[in-house]
Amino acid sequence: MLAAAQAATDFVTPKLDYAALAPEMILTGVIVVVLLLDLFLDETQKYVIPSIAGFGILTAAFPLVFLAVQGDDVRSMVGGAYVSDDFALVFKALFLGTGYVVLLMSNRYIDEGDYYKGEYYVMLLSSLLGMVVMSSSRDLISIFVALELLSIPAYLLAGWRKRDLKSNEASLKYYLLGVLSSGVMLYGMSLIFGAAGTTVLEDISAQLVSVPQLDKVIAIGIFFVVVGFAFKVSAVPFHFWAPDTYEGAPTPVTAFLSVASKAAGFVALLQLVFIAFLSQGDTWAPLFWVLAALTMTVGNLVALRQTNIVRMLAYSSVAQAGYILVPFAVAGDELRAVQSAQTAAIVYLLIYSAMNLGAFAIVLAVARKTRSGEISSFGGLFQYAPGLTVVMTVFLASLAGVPPAGGWFAKFAVFRSVLDAGTGWAVALGVIAAVNSVVAAFYYFNVAREMWINPVPDEDRTPIRVPAALTTALGLTVAVVLVIGVFPGLFADLGNAASLGR
Amino acid sequence: MYLMQFLVLAAFLFCVGVYGVLVRKNAVLVLMSIELILNSVNINLVALGVYRGYDQAIVGQVFSLFVIAVAAAEVGIGLAIVLLIYRNRASIDLSEVDLMKG
Repeated sequence: MLAAAQAATDFVTPKLDYAALAPEMILTGVIVVVLLLDLFLDETQKYVIPSIAGFGILTAAFPLVFLAVQGDDVRSMVGGAYVSDDFALVFKALFLGTGYVVLLMSNRYIDEGDYYKGEYYVMLLSSLLGMVVMSSSRDLISIFVALELLSIPAYLLAGWRKRDLKSNEASLKYYLLGVLSSGVMLYGMSLIFGAAGTTVLEDISAQLVSVPQLDKVIAIGIFFVVVGFAFKVSAVPFHFWAPDTYEGAPTPVTAFLSVASKAAGFVALLQLVFIAFLSQGDTWAPLFWVLAALTMTVGNLVALRQTNIVRMLAYSSVAQAGYILVPFAVAGDELRAVQSAQTAAIVYLLIYSAMNLGAFAIVLAVARKTRSGEISSFGGLFQYAPGLTVVMTVFLASLAGVPPAGGWFAKFAVFRSVLDAGTGWAVALGVIAAVNSVVAAFYYFNVAREMWINPVPDEDRTPIRVPAALTTALGLTVAVVLVIGVFPGLFADLGNAASLGR
Repeated sequence: MYLMQFLVLAAFLFCVGVYGVLVRKNAVLVLMSIELILNSVNINLVALGVYRGYDQAIVGQVFSLFVIAVAAAEVGIGLAIVLLIYRNRASIDLSEVDLMKG
């Protein structure tokens, strides 16, 4: 007992790599500054807050460039619990970029609403910080803390319009299912901790191989963890919250949830599955197979009969999550297939973020004039807003996977991972994905037909005035989508470089 | 070592909690059920940590401290949301919160 107490006093301060932590530290500083400014600034001067928040996000992204240029040395901290490698850098860049675009989208929306300004940006930045931390977390505890850091502000953002009953409902549903899923995930983590005796993912991976007598405990633990994250990424049958939350939440927040929050769930899944649970493919592969098949099929079939554009995009994002789950299901334990699966999931996430954000930016722009979320309100858009129509068509084509918009390459990467796996089950899932891509084209092009061919519903042809910030957001997203579509090679390398555990 | 008893207790609490979240209509009772789930996790973490050895016991206890701290924040937010619903609807019956469907 005495010896144990002696051992406990030998505390060694963990060595922190401040260069690798720079994005997190800058983001934290910006959160504090924005919070204090909101407190002390005059009401008339608060317009500077979004600018400072946006500037802060860009500043936080700056160190990423230096870290990336320095080469691929892995910076590992706190006994491997917090790692800054290429995977982390790519996803930090994705989250900061997404956060910046969402900020541009929210700017006017929040100004014109009658609710608090400063807090909105504090919440958005805090959630962003959670996602940035998530990309580096290689430990059960830090994954859990990052997940809560990104979710808790998101629950509040979903209920931003305090007096709107739909917004309340969105927040409540998101909160209840989010917390339930964290509970389920934690229960699984506690079992895995019990079987492995450690919380660091690398060590778990080594331990799980050496304790075959505990395989049932491990299997139950993995099942609970995967189910917990299936809620987060809104995989069927755990997707019920998604459409309601997306419809009720303010549209910029919906864009944020459907892109960044979902990507963060996938980042955690990638790290858990491809580092910690890699040897347990027999347990998680069938689970992901069922989730992927159900998610694609149900998401697309329900999206077909939606009349509200936000709900349609919500179900479309459920279906897209299904495509991203396909590589997980087919990864297996052969090195080449694992590599290919990771590349596919990463590439899909990057492209999905750009095209989905863009689609929501258009919905936001059009709703400024029509004040409606119905697909029919897009009727005849081409006659009075040709620019928006063309850009929206690019995003829809990308979501449907039609070249030259970027989405085709994401689908291509998924199908390549299926072929690299090459097993019968993998090919069967590939066929399901292919059929679903065709079904999905119907509802995407239904919106396109509405815009190009159908008449204007109320004969009101006054042009839409798009604020500068929203135009910038649209420009950025459409540029990314088109560049990827035309030069996919650039992106394939990025996906390869970012794979875990080489 | 009485490991099994703790694990059974945790599993029972977890099941009670999940049942409560899915079935209860009163929002505050649902929040209490969520607390049950998180506490079952804490029992699991501490019991399994002690069972595995001295170092693992510390890891398990640190993990459960994190769970306790985050659970407090989570339930704080949850109560705020329930309060918001109560102000706008004068009721915290979850079965009435169904404006959006399909």
